[in-house]
Formats: sequence, structure tokens, C-alpha cells
Amino acid sequence: MSTLSVQDHHGVHHDEHGHEHHHDTFLTKYVFSQDHKMIAKQFLITGIIMAVFAMLLSILFRIQLAYPDKAFPLMETILGRFAPEGRMDPNFYLSLVTIHGTIMVFFVLTAGLSGTFSNLLIPLQLGARDMASPFMNMLSYWLFFLASLVMIGSFFVEKGPAGPGWTIYPPLSALPKAMPGSDMGMTLWLVSMVMFVASQLMGGINYVSTVLNMRTKGMDLWKMPLTIWAFFLTAILGVLAFPVLVAGVVLLIFDRSVGTSFYLSDIVLGGVPQPFEGGSPILFQHLFWFLGHPEVYIVIMPALGISSEIIATNSRKPIFGYHAMVYSLIGITVLSFIVWGHHMFVTGMNPFLGGVFMITTLIIAVPSAVKTFNYLATLWRGNIRFTPAMMFAVGLVSFFISGGLTGIYLGNAALDINLHDTYFVVAHFHLVMGSAAIFGMLAGVYHWFPKMFGRLMDEKLGYLHFWITFIGAYLVFFPMHFMGLDGVPRRYYAFTEFESFERWLSVNTFITWAAIMAAVAQVAFLFNFFYSIFFGKKTTQNPWGSNTLEWTTPIERIHGNWPGDIPTVYRWPYDYSKPGHDEDFIPQTVPYSETMSSNLPHDFENNPVGMDEYNKWTNTQRSNEEVK
Amino acid sequence: MAQIQQKDRVDYMPKKFVMWLIVFASFMIFAALTSGFIVYVGGKGKGLSITIPPIFLYSTITIALSSLSMFLASKAAKQLKFTMQRLFLWITIGLGIAFFVLQVNGWSQLVDMGVYFVNPNASQSFIYVFTGMHLLHIVAGLLLLLNSLVGSYRNIPQVKRIFWMEMSAIFWHFVDIIWIYLYVFLLLNQK
Ligand code: HEM
Ligand SMILES: [Cu+2]
Repeated sequence: MSTLSVQDHHGVHHDEHGHEHHHDTFLTKYVFSQDHKMIAKQFLITGIIMAVFAMLLSILFRIQLAYPDKAFPLMETILGRFAPEGRMDPNFYLSLVTIHGTIMVFFVLTAGLSGTFSNLLIPLQLGARDMASPFMNMLSYWLFFLASLVMIGSFFVEKGPAGPGWTIYPPLSALPKAMPGSDMGMTLWLVSMVMFVASQLMGGINYVSTVLNMRTKGMDLWKMPLTIWAFFLTAILGVLAFPVLVAGVVLLIFDRSVGTSFYLSDIVLGGVPQPFEGGSPILFQHLFWFLGHPEVYIVIMPALGISSEIIATNSRKPIFGYHAMVYSLIGITVLSFIVWGHHMFVTGMNPFLGGVFMITTLIIAVPSAVKTFNYLATLWRGNIRFTPAMMFAVGLVSFFISGGLTGIYLGNAALDINLHDTYFVVAHFHLVMGSAAIFGMLAGVYHWFPKMFGRLMDEKLGYLHFWITFIGAYLVFFPMHFMGLDGVPRRYYAFTEFESFERWLSVNTFITWAAIMAAVAQVAFLFNFFYSIFFGKKTTQNPWGSNTLEWTTPIERIHGNWPGDIPTVYRWPYDYSKPGHDEDFIPQTVPYSETMSSNLPHDFENNPVGMDEYNKWTNTQRSNEEVK
Repeated sequence: MAQIQQKDRVDYMPKKFVMWLIVFASFMIFAALTSGFIVYVGGKGKGLSITIPPIFLYSTITIALSSLSMFLASKAAKQLKFTMQRLFLWITIGLGIAFFVLQVNGWSQLVDMGVYFVNPNASQSFIYVFTGMHLLHIVAGLLLLLNSLVGSYRNIPQVKRIFWMEMSAIFWHFVDIIWIYLYVFLLLNQK
């Protein structure tokens, strides 16, 4: 039956697309493409552009934090009315922080990361010709593109972009008159995010359906690479969590424009009491964080999956604890829906409820820890190849540990009274989510660049990029822990009015320069990336000696992925350095019958016929020995 | 023939699965809204404190009947009885439109009762959000039904016709069940 379906697919494919091959216009090939590989590249390049934009925003507000008293005439030239006389407008500072956070969390680390690698790898590593619904996939990209345009476009409205923070808590987000960043900019933020959510839902639904329905023959769930497991569970999280954000935003829009009071109560604006009565701002926080916490795992899980794959390949060792890895991903997926309250410990939450959220939060640290131990055990005594991708993957592990540890402190309801809304939180999530996920994404780019563009990126520039970024990220975020412990609050425009925080000014200046250094290092990446697309070294079929299916496709990246039949899969993807085999990797497409010398009894656990063959073979081997 | 059908079934499977996932995602919106209601009522101590007007009972009966006729239409399509299929599809669409009209009427009855959308007791505003969000889904469902209806008049392959019928059936039964859920939820929370 499965053979049948594979071949049928091929047939159908020819009927439907056979003619298009020759008539691909520029528009259908590069713009409105329905090919998952092209859509992946579109997501990647849009994501990179958004990342650069958001990074520049962060440099702008870091300059403000380092030199709160200084005027920079250049700033007025660039920002115009947002920096009168070279001093940044406080409201614009808030907008910068908001848009930086929004773009990084949603546009780069959600759409850029999942959009690129789920699209690229799900069909390629599972052995499918394309996604379940290529048309919806294309729509998903174009909605994302529109959302990006609107988000960036909000810089051009009179009062500037949205300013209530990436979490858009009401009342600031619900009252257009509350501050400049609550007005038109906020409206555009909402418009952009509605499109974004629609895009993510279309993408996610496609990923789930493809993984469940379109695997090639032999690819049962337990033979899927960990990348696919991670993308699959991420997509499920997204499909369940994003609609909740929609619900919260719908109520917010009614409060904003119709005058309902879901979130608003007892508001006085400029001395004038407002008609809103009876609403609950806490309700918004519940709805937001019910999405928001799963969202942070939507960001990190694909990065974790990517690094599993890269670390196993480049350690030339089977991944340690494959099943444990999958079960921790599943555990994280389930648990991430019951911990959202840890963002709300200080909202006047019932202490008993706070205790419940504290316990669930500490429990979710367990699967996270299992994953890090498994990474370390995979590296342990491996035959490590330090490719740039590997460096970034190991960097992810480092950030995930150092950022995850502080999560345990924040998860304690009592400690959080001190730490909430301070730079300690900023340090926590920039390490565990920001840096770790970006490193995962960069690792993926270096590793699968040959699959996307048929060329290799330059290694030396890759190492340069890695080391400066790695050191820079720690220099930026590590000192923030100490600021947070001292009580320095986040999202403040300047600390000049607080005597007790004055001593942190030198640290802030230091952080800013470290951030500038790390930002400059990204030029090495950008140059490497765009230069290598056109002039990089041509790649070989399987440059990293990898087991997964994507490296069996032709370098030319044809429509439909494989020229003939889709290959059949016989084994799990982590047969690296298997004793008895002449090479240090055995691709998934190699049947056990061709690797008699390296087979192990447990390869045939659910396969009595194979087991018989195996026993027969070992017996003959043994009798041959005796003859000798 | 059997051969061809099997081929197409393999091809349509993932797409049908897509519809199920859309259903799950929509369900989460309603789950979130009703949870929001519970959080609001629990936090503010303000309940609905009205009795749900009987018109919503009539609309509930209407949509339940439309689900029945949808079921009959699907059955007819599978047995290749096309006139029956069309008839029942027309009935389903008619009932769907009737449901829409009843709901909007329900709104005006609520307004007459003094239960406004802009309301210091947001639990009453929630009624409008529930029904409004649901009506959006009704509109989407009606479009799907229309698509199946048009398909039943056009000369397209049988498998495709059945595929479209299945897609609209999944969605239509879903909006039906969601409404019953919302209605029961409101009943349980009324005065
Ligand atoms: C090891 C398990 C983790 C624990 C116990 C944990 C705990 C916490 C807690 C309690 C907070 C709230 C702090 C506060 O606002 O006062 C927090 C904030 C945050 N965490 Fe984690 N966390 C963990 C892992 C992660 C991961 C893996 C990510 C992302 C990939 C992440 C991203 C965030 C973000 C973005 C925030 C701040 C949101 C904001 O207020 O803007 N955390 N974490
Ligand atoms: Cu959280």
C-alpha cells in the first residue's frame, strides 16, 4: 500500500506539474513560488532583513542607555522628529523597545526560524515532494511579508510605532490617547500581528499535516530525525496557542475602537475620567501569556531540534537518548500550556495559585535539563568536527544552560517579587531565548546552506562571526543579571533621576559597546551569506557526511525534490561511527542487508525476519572463524 | 475505477487533515473566549445576571436541523443520488441563513432588554463576542457549502465532489457543535 502511494504520488505529480517545469516564469519561480524550498529561502531572507532592522533598533536604544545626557546631532539627522536636537524622545525609546521585541520574537525567531527550516526540511527529510498544501504555504509567506511591511511601515506614521512593549498590556495598548505609541502605531501593530498570526496558522497547519500524512515508505515516526520532531511539536504548539492570542486581541480591538470595557476600568486620562468601567487588565495578561509562554518554546524548540541534528552529525556519534529527546520535547509541549502564570506572580495573584504555577514551572525545567544533558553526552568523546554550524550549535547549548538556570530563580514566586520587571528577566530571556534561538538558527543556516543554494559558506568568516557574537552576547547579557539583582527596572528610558542606579551607568556604557561589537560582527555573516549565494565554493552531494534524506536529493534542487522515485527509509538517522562499518556514517536509505558487518541485534527489535537473517549471518561468520 | 479512487484518496488525505487542524485552531479561539469569560466573572464577581432569551433556543434547533440535513446530503452524495444531494444542500444553506437571521434578531432582543455590547459588565459584552465570532464561522461554513453546491451542478470527477462535500461537512458539523457548546455555556452561566 505504501509503495503504491509513493508511486501514485509521483504519477499525480507528473500530471499536475509536468508541464509547468518548462514554463516557469520569473514570477512563478522566485516570487509566487509554491515550491517549499523557494518558500523556505523567502522566509530566511525576509527573516534576516527583519533581524538586521531589529538589531539596529536595539543599538539605537543602547546608545540612549549608555549616554543619557549626551546629544548626538547625527541622531537627529537619522531619526528626525523622534530625536529633537539629537536627544532621543522618551516615547520613541518605548517604541524602539517594543518593535525590537516584537520583530525579534515573532518575525525573526518564529517566522524566520520555523518558516525557513520547517519548510526546507520537513519535505526533504521525510521524503515528500512538497507540503500538504503548497498553495497555503505560499499564502503563508506572503501574509508574513505583508505583516513585515506593515510593522516596518509603522515607523512612518506621525506619532511613531507602537510603544506598550511586545506584550502590549492594556491600558496603554487599549487607549489610543494614552501616549503617542498607543495611537496609529498601535493600530498598525495589531493589523500586522493579525496577518502574522494568520500566516503562522497556515504554515503550522501545513507542517502538521505533512508530517503526519506524507512520510515516505519506511519513515515511521520513530525514524524521523529530531529536527522533524521539533518542528512538528512546534507547529502543534502554534496551532493551539496562536488562536488564543487572536481571542485576546479581538477583545482588545473592541476596547480600543468600540468602547467596551473588557480590560479597562477606572481610567483618568489627562485629568478627565473615562467612561470605561468594570474591565480587568489581568484578563488580558492571562490570555496573552497563555499564548506567550508556549510562544517562547515555539521559538526555542526548532533551534533545539536543529542543534540535535548538527551535534550528532558533527560529533560522528549517534544522538544520545533519542527517545528521551523526543519525550522531553513532548513533555515541554504539554507542560508549556500550564505555566503561563509565572509571568503574573506579582499581579496580585492568589498565592495558592502562584504556588501551583511555581511547581509546574519548576517541573518544565526537567525536560529542558534532560535535553541539555543529552547534548553534552552526545558530544562526550565524540569525534568532533568543528564546522561553523557545529560551533553555533554548541553555542546554543551554552546559552540554553546559562539562561535556563536563571529561569529556576524566576520561577520561585517569592524570589520573583524582587526580580520581576528588572534586568534580571532581560538577562534570562535574552540568553535562553534570544541568544540560544538565534544561534540555533545560524547553525541551521551554515549547515543547510549547501542544500539551499548549492554552495558552501566560507569557514573562516564563520569562525570569526561565531567567536565575536558568542563573546559579545555574554558580555552584553551577563552583567544584566547583577543590575537586575540590584533592582534596576527594565524599559526605563534613563536612570539619571535615580541616585542609587547611577553606579550602573558605566556598566551600561560597557554593555552598549559590547553590543556594537557584536552587531558589527554580523557584517561578516551578511557578507558571507550573500557572497556565497553567488560565488561560494560549489558543494558536493553530501558535504557533512550526513545520514538524513535531504542529502540524497540532487544538488540542483529540482521541483519535486527527487528525480525518480522517492527513496525508501530503512533505519534511524543516527547511525554514525557504527562499529563494523567501513564508513563513519550509514544513510537512512541503506538497507540492513547491505551492512551485515555492522548490524546489531537491537536493530531488529520489531522485525523477526530481519532477526533470522541476522542470526543466520552471525552463525556463518562464526563457523567460518572456526574453520580458520 | 477502484484504482483511481484509491489514488485520489491518497492525494486528498493530507488536505482533509488540514481541515481538521483548522477546526482545532478555531476551537481554541472559542475555548479562549469562554475561559476569558470565566476568568472575568471569577475576578470581578459580575455574572451575566440575565436570562438568555428563547430566540437562541430556536436558533439552536435550526442549526441542529441543518446539521441533520448536511448529514443526509453527504449520504446522498456517497450513494450518487445527486438530486437528493442538491436538495439537502439547499436545505442546509437555507437553515444556515435562517440561523444567521435568528442570531441577529437575538442581538436586537438583547438590546431591547438593556443588554448592550458597550457595557460596564463585560460578561454581558461577551455574549456578543461569542455569537459574533461564531457568525463569522457560519459565514465561512456557508461559503464552503456553496462551493459544494456549485460543484454538484458542475461536471467534475466524483472523488473531487465527495472531497468537497466532506470538507464542508466537517466544518459545518463543527460550527454546529460549537454553537451548542456556547449556548449551553451561556445557559449554565445565566441568572
Ligand atoms: C528552564 C526553564 C525556564 C523557567 C523555569 C523559566 C522561568 C521564567 C519566569 C518565572 C519568567 C518570568 C519572570 C518575570 O517576569 O518576573 C520568565 C520570563 C521569560 N522567559 Fe523563561 N523560563 C524558562 C525557560 C525559558 C525558555 C526556554 C525561554 C525561551 C526560549 C524563556 C523565555 C522567557 C521570556 C521571553 C521571558 C520574559 C517575557 C517578558 O516579560 O517579556 N524562558 N521565565
Ligand atoms: Cu514563561
